Order: sequence, then C-alpha cells, then structure tokens
Amino acid sequence: MATQHSRAAARLMISPAVALLLIWMIVPLTMTIWFSFQQYNLLYPDRTGFAGWSNYVYFVTDFRFAPAIRNTLVLVLGVLAITMIGGILLALLLDQPFWGQGIVRLLVLAPFFVMPTVSALVWKNMFMNPVNGFFAHIAKAFGGQGFDFLGQAPLFSIIIMVAWQWLPFATLILLTALQSLDREQMEAAEMDGAGPLSRFVYITLPHLTRAITVVILIQTIFLLSVYAEILVTTNGGPGTASMNLPFLVYLASIVDNDVGMGAAGGVIAIILANIVAFFLMRAIGKNLDA
Amino acid sequence: MARRIPTARKTLTTAAAWTTGLVIFFPILWIVILSFKSEGDAIAPPLTMLSAPWTTEAYTTVQERSDYFKHFWNSVVISVGSTLIGLAIAIPAAWAMAFVPGRRTRDLLMWMLSTKMMPAAGVLVPMYLLFRNFGLLDTRIGLVGVLTLINLPIIVWMLYTYFREIPGEILEAARMDGATLRSEILYVLTPMAVPGIASTLLLNIILAWNEAFWTLRLTAANAAPLTAFIASYSSPEGLFYAKLSAASVMAIAPILILGWFSQKQLVRGLTFGAVK
Amino acid sequence: MGQIELSQVTKGFGDVTVIPPLDLRIEDGEFVVFVGPSGCGKSTLLRLIAGLEDTTSGRITIDGRDATDLSPAQRGLAMVFQSYALYPHMSVRKNIAFPLKMAGVPEEERARRVEAAAKVLNLTSYLDRRPGQLSGGQRQRVAIGRAIVREPKAFLFDEPLSNLDAALRMGMRLEITELHQRLKTTMIYVTHDQVEAMTMADKIVVLNAGRIEQVGSPLELYRRPRNLFVAGFIGSPKMNFVTGPEAARRDAATIGVRPEHIGISRDGGDWKGTVGVAEHLGSDTFLHVTTEHGMITVRAGGEVDAAHGDTIWLTPDPAHVHRFDAGGARL
Ligand SMILES: Nc1ncnc2c1ncn2[C@@H]1O[C@H](COP(=O)(O)OP(=O)(O)O)[C@@H](O)[C@H]1O
Ligand SMILES: [Mg+2]
Repeated sequence: MATQHSRAAARLMISPAVALLLIWMIVPLTMTIWFSFQQYNLLYPDRTGFAGWSNYVYFVTDFRFAPAIRNTLVLVLGVLAITMIGGILLALLLDQPFWGQGIVRLLVLAPFFVMPTVSALVWKNMFMNPVNGFFAHIAKAFGGQGFDFLGQAPLFSIIIMVAWQWLPFATLILLTALQSLDREQMEAAEMDGAGPLSRFVYITLPHLTRAITVVILIQTIFLLSVYAEILVTTNGGPGTASMNLPFLVYLASIVDNDVGMGAAGGVIAIILANIVAFFLMRAIGKNLDA
Repeated sequence: MARRIPTARKTLTTAAAWTTGLVIFFPILWIVILSFKSEGDAIAPPLTMLSAPWTTEAYTTVQERSDYFKHFWNSVVISVGSTLIGLAIAIPAAWAMAFVPGRRTRDLLMWMLSTKMMPAAGVLVPMYLLFRNFGLLDTRIGLVGVLTLINLPIIVWMLYTYFREIPGEILEAARMDGATLRSEILYVLTPMAVPGIASTLLLNIILAWNEAFWTLRLTAANAAPLTAFIASYSSPEGLFYAKLSAASVMAIAPILILGWFSQKQLVRGLTFGAVK
Repeated sequence: MGQIELSQVTKGFGDVTVIPPLDLRIEDGEFVVFVGPSGCGKSTLLRLIAGLEDTTSGRITIDGRDATDLSPAQRGLAMVFQSYALYPHMSVRKNIAFPLKMAGVPEEERARRVEAAAKVLNLTSYLDRRPGQLSGGQRQRVAIGRAIVREPKAFLFDEPLSNLDAALRMGMRLEITELHQRLKTTMIYVTHDQVEAMTMADKIVVLNAGRIEQVGSPLELYRRPRNLFVAGFIGSPKMNFVTGPEAARRDAATIGVRPEHIGISRDGGDWKGTVGVAEHLGSDTFLHVTTEHGMITVRAGGEVDAAHGDTIWLTPDPAHVHRFDAGGARL
C-alpha cells in the first residue's frame, strides 16, 4: 500500500524519534568510553590525561569488584529462580476456575506497582527489622529471637524483596500465555489418553517456552541494574556482602568522585547487559515475523 | 462444551488461590493498617497493634513536616510530562512503521529496543556530568527529558503493536475515499487507536512514576519525586513506622489503581508485544 | 465517463516482477472481470489502477488523462475491499457519508445522498448501527454504498464476495450485476472464481502469473480459448484434455473436449471406459470415467442411471473438439 508519497511522509514522521534515540545512545556512550580511558577525578581536577587501561585495571582489581560480580550474579539467579518457579506454579493455580478470580489477580499483581524504594524500606523496617519487624514479633511470640536479616543475610534479604516485586510480573505473563493455550489441543491430548502430568510436560510447558524465555530475559535486564533497593537498605554492606555492579559504579563515580574508574565500571556493566540483550533481542525479533 | 467442575475441587482451588493472593498482598495490607496507628502502637507486636485505636495522625504529620505535596507534584509532573512528550514523538513514528513498513522497519524497531538495554549505571557518569554542567541537576525538566528518552522505545513498541492490529485496508479505503493524510489520521486512525494510546499512556506513567535510578541520582531537595522522597526515610530518627507507612501508602496508591486498570496492556507493553 | 487504459505497465516488489509489461483498455461502462488463480497478480493490478501501489514503469490513463502519478483520491475511483474495510467506530450513515465529507460536500446534500444510496441497497433501517452489528451481507452492502455515493468514474471490487456463504454470494452477485445495469458505470471486478467471471462480466481478462492470457466476452472465451490455460480455467467442470495418439489423429499435441460435449452410449462409440464416481445433481449427472486415454469427466442428463463399475462408450462432438499445439496455443 506504500507509495512514494506515503514513504516520504513516513520517513519524516519517524525521524524525530530516531534522532532523539540516536543522540541518547551515542552521546553518553561515547562519553563513558572516553572517560574510561581518562584520568579524571573530581577531587583532583588538575590531574587529567590519557590513562590507558589503568581505570579498568583499578576497577577490576578493586577489592569490591569480585564480590560485586558474584553478588550481581547471585542476585539475578536467585530472583529468577524464585520468580520463575513461583510464577509457573501461581499461573497454573490462577488459571483454574475458582471464586473471586478477578480480585485474587489484583492482589497478586499489586507488588509490581510498588515503587522500589517503598518496597525496600517496608521490608527492611516493618518486616525484617530484628526488634520491631513483623518476623521478629512472630519469632518472639514463639519464644524465639528476632533475626537480623539485613545484617546476617543481606543478599538473601534483598533477593526476597526484589523477588516479591517481580513475582507478579512473571505470574501475569505466564498466566496470559497459559490462557492463550488452545483448549481443543488440551482436549485432544486428553482424548489421546494423556494424564494431567503428561499434559503439563508435553503441551503446557512447550506452549509456555516463549513466554518463559521472554520473562527470564526481561527480568535479567532489570535485575542486572538493581540499585534503589540496595541504596535504601544496606548500602552494599555489611562490607561488600550485598554490593552489586551498578552499586559499585555509583560508589566509584559519585561517592569516590573517580569519574574515570566509574566510567570503566560502566563500560563493563554495558558489556554484561549486552550479552543478555543479544539473546533477548533474538527472542523478540522472532516474534516480529510471526 | 463447558464441563462441570466438581464443587469440592473448586472450593479447594479457591482456598489455595486466596491464601496465596493474600500472602503476596500482605505487606501492602500491613502498611495500610500501620499507617492508621500511632507511632507507639505501630512498633507493638501485631495483636496489640491491631487492637490499638485507629488514627489519621501519621498522614497529618507527613504532610505537615515534609512537603509531601511538593514531591507528589514532582512525581506527577515528571511521569505525566515525560509520557506525554514521549507519546507526541512516538505516535507519528509508530504510525509510519506500522502502516508504511519499509525494508528496514524491522531493524529500526530492534535498534530502538536495543537502546533500552543500556544499563543506567553504564552511563551514570556522563549523564551526571552533563546534568551538572548544564545546570540540570535537581530540575524537573532534566528528569522529564531523561525519562522520556528511556521510555521512548517502550512507547514506540507498544503503539506499534497496537497500530499493527488496525487493518491496513481501512486506511487504504480512507485514501480511496479522498482522505488527506491529515483527515486519515484525524477521522480514521485516531479513533481506532485511542484505546491503544490510552493503555500506552497508563503503562508509561506507571513506569516513570516508579523509576528509581535517575530520579534518585539526579535530584535533591527541589525536583525529588516520591521515589527519592521515600528514600529519605532510610536514615530515620526516632519512631517512624506509622509515618513511613502513611507516606508509602500515599506514594503507591495512585499508581496501584492505575496499574490495576491497565493490567491487560501491561503484559503486551512489558514484553514488547512478544506475549499478548 | 470511466475509460481506463494501461500501457506497458509493470510492477515489481524488490527483485520480484509480479506484473510484466501489460497493455489493457477498459471502455466506459464496461463490466470487466479479472480472473486467474490465487497469487497471479489480480489484486496488484487492481491496486495499480486504484493508485494504492506505484507502477514500476508504464502509464495509466483515466478518460485520456495521465493518472500514473495521481493519488488514489485524485483518480475519482471507488473501491470495495475484500474485508469490506468499514470504519468500525462510525455508524453506517457516517461510513457511507465519509467520502462525501472528505470531498467537502455540504451537510444536507450529504444526508440526501446517503439516504438515496441506503434506499437502493436496502440499508435504510440500519443507518444508525455500527458495522460490528451487521451481518456479512449487510457489511458488503455498506461497503458498496460507500462506493456509490461518490459517483465515481469506475468501481473497483477486490474479491468482494469471498467472505460470504454460498447463498448470499449468489444474491450479491445479482445485486452487483443489477447495480451495474442501472448505473452504467465502469466496474472492474477481481475474482478467482470463474463462475463469477462468466456470470457477471461483459469482458473477462484471464491472468496467469501477471500476464494476460486472453481478453474477451465470456462466450468468446468459452468457445475459442486461446490456449490450454484459458481452456482449462474457463468452464465448469473443467475441460478434458487428451494427449497421445488420439490427439495426433487430429493433428494436435493436445485436444480438449468439455464434459458437456461428449455423448455417451451403452453400445458403442470412440472411447470405451468404466464409470468411477457418478455425481447425481438432479439436473445433471457428472460421470468420472476411466478410459485408456485417462480420466474423462462427462456431463450427462439428470436422469441417466449410470453406476460405479458400469462400462460405457464416450464420443466427443467433433464440432467442439479444441486442438492445441505442443506450446499450448490454439490451432
Ligand atoms: N507488498 C508486496 N510485497 C511483495 N510481494 C507482493 C506484495 N503484494 C503482492 N505480492 C506478490 O505478488 C503476487 C501477486 O499478488 P496478488 O496481486 O495479491 O495476487 P492475487 O490477488 O491474484 O491473488 C504474489 O505472488 C504476492 O506474493
Ligand atoms: Mg487478491
């Protein structure tokens, strides 16, 4: 349906969006890469110049780097494990007929809309606080002791908070995918003598594969950048126990004022995210042709 | 073809589903309760707390002491502003890509998506310096700009998936009927696209409202939206559970309501149309 | 007026040529049907005429004026789409009035013309409904209504009946033919159904892979198909083709006989065969007969009681045997 005339108009209509995104992509990215090779500390504005790979070397050999990478991975994998398993089970449950489906759906969905700072502070104070938190009260009611979640198991605690926020996302998407499953296919399988378990393994799970892939990849993108939750709860501590890569970049560049080193960390974060992005884009791109 | 579900089974499912739902929702329910208690009661053991008298004291204190409404207004301006600007830029682009697809439309869409993959931490340094040098730190306009850019790909994608569902023959019919590009958009496309645009608007307000990296890093006292305002409770003085609860409830309530309305569109928007 | 002429028109999508150079002249007031198998380029050709696609090369003139670079709206043609393409958010009234509104026709005049069109198409009581509340046939009529209010130079139809069930299709076929007789406006009608082509057209254009195989009236095409393709495409059931010695005996590579031009006998004839499937339609009987020259379909009277397994003799009517050379062209 395209004619020369409409093509020209189309190009004109697309260009503002493209121009803006192009600038948004190129300017900060080149600046990050450029700074990462510069000696640039806001505290010592006179010491400037080409730094070679030294910023990268400093960043990678920083005593916080190895724990940050490890924590980033543990955080991503931990949250993924909880939300995927929980999400599939919940989606299967909510897909059954029961009274009040609409309301339960809303209840399950709610945490996704809670801003990260609220969620983290509420968990930290009202639930995980070793003296006045909900869990401490329960423990005391049974004659136990309040557990210092953020002091003793900081990373685990953050995983719980973040998983609480993302479980609704996984559930909602898997539920949507589940509901698009062809009923006749299920009935055919039943006629063919497949029991509930075989139906799940041979029909439901393959049908969910795409949705599962997409959920994993999108969550990974967001989970690689968890920041606010750490900022308002543990500040990466105690020590480096809950430090992840974005938080380390923030510490290096904003707190320590070392622009060059922060930029080097930024480049590493970009590379990490792009490895995931590559697979995500392939999964989504396939869908464009469908 | 509906089959009868045994009532016993349905009852069991109902119990299980409601229990799970309430457990997941519990933290939110809990802060709603706490926000209506006095500070002293809020730290008491649950049963004592629940039987304590109800009060709106915490809400009054939050508003009196902390400029709550200034931050609330910042959140509104930043989320609505960035969404509207984003829509203004994205609607023509998505329209063109959906109805005049070229050989490179697909690549263009994928490229736009790829800009969304850039981790915020990766460009924190230059953004911070740019903001500082241009005097944009702690301004609403600066944040509106950044949030417009980071959400633009999602807006384009969501609109694109909606527009693509409008049959091209209808637009061709309009063209045959003598509609100019302007009247085609005004009388035919827009009315058919309004539902899609509305859901895009909602989802983006939600995303922008809850954005908690740039809003924390690029603002201080003046332009701070609710995300940053709430973060100030991370180093509290004295008893503050009721106040924190009240502030939290006020910060999440509007978006929770919007979110519940837009739950169907949420799936499509957040998966870039990969799951519908 | 509505005379349309295509000269040396071609169309390619990327490297794929869909329409090789093509010439065609459509006279004012004609009912022209483009017919051909799916994917042969009928829609593309129609859309080139409509202006919804740019020609790759060549010239399109409408009433003698060069229209090659005119926008669809400027060409003054109206189109009825396969999916009807009604505006779902507008009432039937507004749908029909839309082209008038775009043309800047004043309000009262618009209302008058919509009423008139609605009356012609029996839509008067549905004017305030939305398309979603109409049946398939009614939607089809709205689409036609939207086309006729503009009083276009020509109507373009792209398989307009393919989404209707058999009974409705027959009814709409008559309605469109009647409409043409009343309006006397040029109509170009695309279909893959040769029955529609035969029953509606003044002139049929048979297309195959973007090329015009033959242009002519329905009976011309039926009587003197120019090649094997047209011979096989026009007529139902299909013409029987026989090759080998039987064809050679008549100095041809292939001979073709229509099922209705074969006589049957129990006692003797040219070809001996065994009845396979016998389809009794009441008015006719179609016999599928296995002979040494292949499967031959024969149309017999409704009362013939041939059954599976019967041996019968077939004799083609020599006046109606079509002869083709090795390249498929008519001899
Ligand atoms: N926009 C397009 N891009 C590429 N190829 C196309 C396009 N439109 C049609 N074609 C190709 O052109 C040929 C003719 O299509 P069409 O005119 O729709 O056939 P018909 O209407 O006779 O079924 C087909 O092979 C089709 O694949
Ligand atoms: Mg077609």
